[in-house]
Amino acid sequence: MRKLYVMGIESTAHTFGCGIVSSNGEILSNLRSEYIPSSGGIHPREASQHHASKASTTIKQSLDVAGLKLNELDAVAISLGPGLGPCLRTGATVARAIALMIKKPLIPVNHCVAHIEIGRLVTKEDDPLVAYVSGGNTIVSAYSDGRYRVFGETLDIALGNCLDAFARSLGLSHPGVPKLEALAEGGKNFIPLPYVVKGQDVSYSGLLTMATRKIPEVNPSDLSMSLLEVAYGMLAEVVERALAHTEKPSLLLTGGVARSPRLQRILKAVCDEHSARFYVVPPDLAGDNGAMIAWTGYLALREGISVPVDSSYIRQRWRLDEVEVPWRR
Amino acid sequence: MEKMTLIKKGAEAELYRMTWMGRDSVLKRRIKKLYRNPDLDLYIRTTRTSLEAKLLSEARRLGVPTPIVYSVDLKNAEIIMSFIPGSPLKKIIPKMDRESLHETFSLVGSLVGRLHKGGIVHGDLTTSNMILKDDALFLIDFGLGDHTFDLEARGVDIHLMRRALESSHHEVSKWAYEGFISGYGEIMGDEIKDILKRVSEIRRRGRYVEGGR
Repeated sequence: MRKLYVMGIESTAHTFGCGIVSSNGEILSNLRSEYIPSSGGIHPREASQHHASKASTTIKQSLDVAGLKLNELDAVAISLGPGLGPCLRTGATVARAIALMIKKPLIPVNHCVAHIEIGRLVTKEDDPLVAYVSGGNTIVSAYSDGRYRVFGETLDIALGNCLDAFARSLGLSHPGVPKLEALAEGGKNFIPLPYVVKGQDVSYSGLLTMATRKIPEVNPSDLSMSLLEVAYGMLAEVVERALAHTEKPSLLLTGGVARSPRLQRILKAVCDEHSARFYVVPPDLAGDNGAMIAWTGYLALREGISVPVDSSYIRQRWRLDEVEVPWRR
Repeated sequence: MEKMTLIKKGAEAELYRMTWMGRDSVLKRRIKKLYRNPDLDLYIRTTRTSLEAKLLSEARRLGVPTPIVYSVDLKNAEIIMSFIPGSPLKKIIPKMDRESLHETFSLVGSLVGRLHKGGIVHGDLTTSNMILKDDALFLIDFGLGDHTFDLEARGVDIHLMRRALESSHHEVSKWAYEGFISGYGEIMGDEIKDILKRVSEIRRRGRYVEGGR
């Protein structure tokens, strides 16, 4: 069979990404441009303006790196959700335009599924338990009967959101998590903070509030160390319970926070205890990117999945466990 | 101490079957986690052990079948309790028809109702934590529970039950949950309205549920 090429466009949050993959799983290009707020957290409208202004150069570079022309593509995949409305709309508009222009199918991709599929592609691990941790998501998931089921998730804010917001309160500049981890290296005294595990779920909002409140009172290294211990410890506990419950042979860590060496060490230790293999998505594919959308788009294309341009609505709250993944059957 | 046989190594604890003062018993030991800060680890293991021992006894007094607590050793995070012969509900569900599913979960709902009426939330309502022995259903694993009459805590309990059904028993979760709510409603009476309203709020609050925010 002829080799197929799929372009993927990602714009759910702060990153505009464009990647191109081939049907045999090569990542031909993976370009991205990240919106960095001058202060505070992500502002959806400003982020979407950033995406609009960077879209054409990012796409052009992506084609150049892959050595392809637009009309050599076989499909365009678009991350339709979950994410921030204005950001999603910008990416979707661009993807629709390209699909119409080259008269090729538009493939709807769920952002969370894409984080899992790119991990499966690069680690070659077929059926892992997945810990997907980023600024917007904290999900422990495993495949069962046609879908990625959610075994545990956050009841309120995401792990990355909690750590980023705390880092900003400490005055650390973007990206906050590596600086927070460096600061925590010097921590000696553990400061008790709310450790909230409810069933298989975690809650980070109380932890963030309490840690932020303690900033004026205690040593910042001690506080950072304690926050990370509690935040990662909660995730490790629900991952461990899910490993025991699902009896999956391995764990795949994916999403932006997967880059954390401290979190990797903790989850590796959890896996060792349960004789499970541990895999991490490499740094350039851990955060939001277009290649993961392209690859998942290819998997869907192979199953005949596409969406007419005039009904390719964005879905801000599109849950991982709503998506059928027929390529796993 | 008599000889102990490991019967289960869970994520949090090891369970050993043993004879204690002539009784068929289980020793539950919360294991040290080397990946956790030692202070945090000790705090988690001792508070959960102490809470679990208290809640197991209190739940029994409310008419909810639980193992009898014989002995507690906080320093080693150990509880010795009566052994419940039977199978976890998780294993039996696949063999159940819709009618017995409804009946069983109606019983689960009424037991959870008794806990809530009595000021206890379980905190980890999954089908692995329910043991069916003849016609009696035992609840175990109270380590994530709490003493509270709080609407939010009750709502989270019900939300977790629903989620556990959807993730582990998705093909029958609808019937099971309906049964659960009917049994729970019988005990809770009018209070159930506010609780179910809160459950749907909690569900929407969760990440990315359609129709939320």
